[in-house]
Amino acid sequence: MDQIVLQLLNGLDKGGAYALIALGLTLVFGTLGVVNFAHGALFMLGAFCAVVVYQVLQIETVTIDPDRLTPWGSPMEIRTPLVQAWLGDFGGLLLEWAVPLSILVAIPVMLAIGLVMERGLIRHFYRRSHAEQILVTFGLAIVLQELVKAYFGANPIPVSAPAALTGSADVGAWLGLGSGVIYPWWRLTYLAFSVAIIAAVMLFLRFTTWGMVVRAGMEDRQTVGFLGIDIERRFTVVFGIATVIAGVAGVMYTPIVPPSYSMGMDFLVLSFVVVVVGGMGSVGGAVLAGFLLGILQSFAAMNEVKSIVPGIDQVIIYLIAVVVLLTRPRGLLGRRGVMER
Amino acid sequence: MQRSGSRDLIYITVFAAVVLAMPIWLDPIGANYPDLLQKFVIYGIFATGFNILFGMTGYLSFGHAAFLGVGSYAAVWSFKLLTMNVVPAVLLGVLFGGVFALLIGYVSLRRSGIYFSILTLAFAQMCYNLAYSVLTPITNGETGLQPALGDPRIIDRALGIASAGIPSPQLFGTQMSGYPGFYFCALLLIVCFFIAMRIERSPFGMMLRAIKSNQTRMPYSGVDTRPYALTAFVISGMYAGLAGALLAVTDPLAGAERMQWTASGEVVLMTILGGAGTLLGPLIGAVTIKYFENIFSAVHEARLHTVFEALPDPLENVLVPVTALFVGEGWHLTLGVLFMLIVIFLPGGLMEGARRIRAWATRRGTRERRRRVRPAE
Repeated sequence: MDQIVLQLLNGLDKGGAYALIALGLTLVFGTLGVVNFAHGALFMLGAFCAVVVYQVLQIETVTIDPDRLTPWGSPMEIRTPLVQAWLGDFGGLLLEWAVPLSILVAIPVMLAIGLVMERGLIRHFYRRSHAEQILVTFGLAIVLQELVKAYFGANPIPVSAPAALTGSADVGAWLGLGSGVIYPWWRLTYLAFSVAIIAAVMLFLRFTTWGMVVRAGMEDRQTVGFLGIDIERRFTVVFGIATVIAGVAGVMYTPIVPPSYSMGMDFLVLSFVVVVVGGMGSVGGAVLAGFLLGILQSFAAMNEVKSIVPGIDQVIIYLIAVVVLLTRPRGLLGRRGVMER
Repeated sequence: MQRSGSRDLIYITVFAAVVLAMPIWLDPIGANYPDLLQKFVIYGIFATGFNILFGMTGYLSFGHAAFLGVGSYAAVWSFKLLTMNVVPAVLLGVLFGGVFALLIGYVSLRRSGIYFSILTLAFAQMCYNLAYSVLTPITNGETGLQPALGDPRIIDRALGIASAGIPSPQLFGTQMSGYPGFYFCALLLIVCFFIAMRIERSPFGMMLRAIKSNQTRMPYSGVDTRPYALTAFVISGMYAGLAGALLAVTDPLAGAERMQWTASGEVVLMTILGGAGTLLGPLIGAVTIKYFENIFSAVHEARLHTVFEALPDPLENVLVPVTALFVGEGWHLTLGVLFMLIVIFLPGGLMEGARRIRAWATRRGTRERRRRVRPAE
């Protein structure tokens, strides 16, 4: 039982990450009709926003303390991060919570990147074939990835979560299951964060006039245009929102896996599979498929399962994608007429 | 028909001459290494085969590297179990590439468009992940598969030509490294190119292009497109298998990284860069990418300083770090930029570029003639 709960948590956690990235992808599909292979790179850029903030906050001043001596007899050098030197305890707090704070930096940065990318490049590809969209965004992904590699190097850069959230929570005790289920706090935070973001986006689309117009545009962009609404501008903003979602997902992911330049590509393939399983352009489908695939993947990784079907943990996602695509061509919640050309 | 047939013959003869003369005309631009030449022709075969599926039939597969990897493994196993002669290795590579393509294609071709791309990608990733994990007894995991001392090599033993150490691949006694390896691959490339040309000119090729131009109209006119598309898929899988086997022939080591999806992306790049749907384009794309990969990744900062030495110092100090981004380790950046530029401005690839330049030149020629005529009016 403990094992099952633990794997369920693991799966929800993974699924949250998949769903967050797939959410942005599917929004772009549904609105602009563009297949964005650079979405994984945007996730990676978000993660590197956190790295930059973290490193900037870590810039140190060196002061020499004449009272204390090193074992070699010279005065001891004391390194204090600048923010701490300037702002005292508050600076220390900033330093501590660098990763969550990076979200504040990542939102405007990613929004700007998204808008520039849409207006500068994607806009010219609305009417070109999906193959060409895939190819140009694939090229862009390589460029972004290599630029990051050129400045930050190829090695993963560790970034730590706030000390308050680095320990583990005794989830088992909450559920009355004994002490077998212990789960890191930060992963729980990530899960809560992804659920919150997904809920916010879905509620926004569902219950605001702005979201309603966007949904109407996804159904029939021409008619919405006839009604005198500049749907293209809204879709550009949707692209920006998708970029921001990918970015903040990347920011929050940094303490889990140290970011490296190639992390985007690893996620891209998976999140594409998630989107296709969920149904192109369906927001609900992407979220459902994200959590479903995440949970199935972590159950497949259990030793009991692996001993029955060896190697299943490696292929389960792709296997499900194949089965779903062959039995339900539009994915789990896909709508008729989206991406069927 | 007769005329076009004889023109094709001239075409293929010229092509063969150009390919076989590669060591001569590539010498001045510093590409006359056997290793590099082998890569040119092997990836040329890979891209030519990929073009039969993508360029002619219009199906964008993102999983073709799987067949390349399978071909490599099949060839190395043939070295291990049967003989170091390359003929069975190549045949097995083609066979396994074809069989895998048949299996994967049969399932994937039930969908088209982006769904097809994702399905092929999913299958290729499955092959890649399995090769790294469960199939380690067959693929030797991360270390990669290579001939070892204790291999049975049944045929070699039976013929009594099994040597003591680890032998290298040979064709009836000729070692397959260096130039002989290149000529062997080049001959196969010429054969493959000829086959691709015949396919393009045949009614079957016409059918493939019809599938590309209109997916809906074909079934309406009573044609089941799937067998044709599947045949194209299997043929291109066999080309990939052959290319994989040749990679193993020239260097008997097969690793799973050949199956990763970035490798699939590379062949798409080559085809697009050269010009999808043209016969010669993919080959040109493959040669261009492999050539620049070799040149660019060899350049380093010290070399750049000597290149820009003639310039004034401040300019040099700006230019060197900027260019350094694009060469050496950063070669992929160049590739990405190049790729974006091609897709944005020249979707037909280099072949289209050549066509445009030719059209521009002829137009200019006629305009000049017209201008010369005008005073007479």
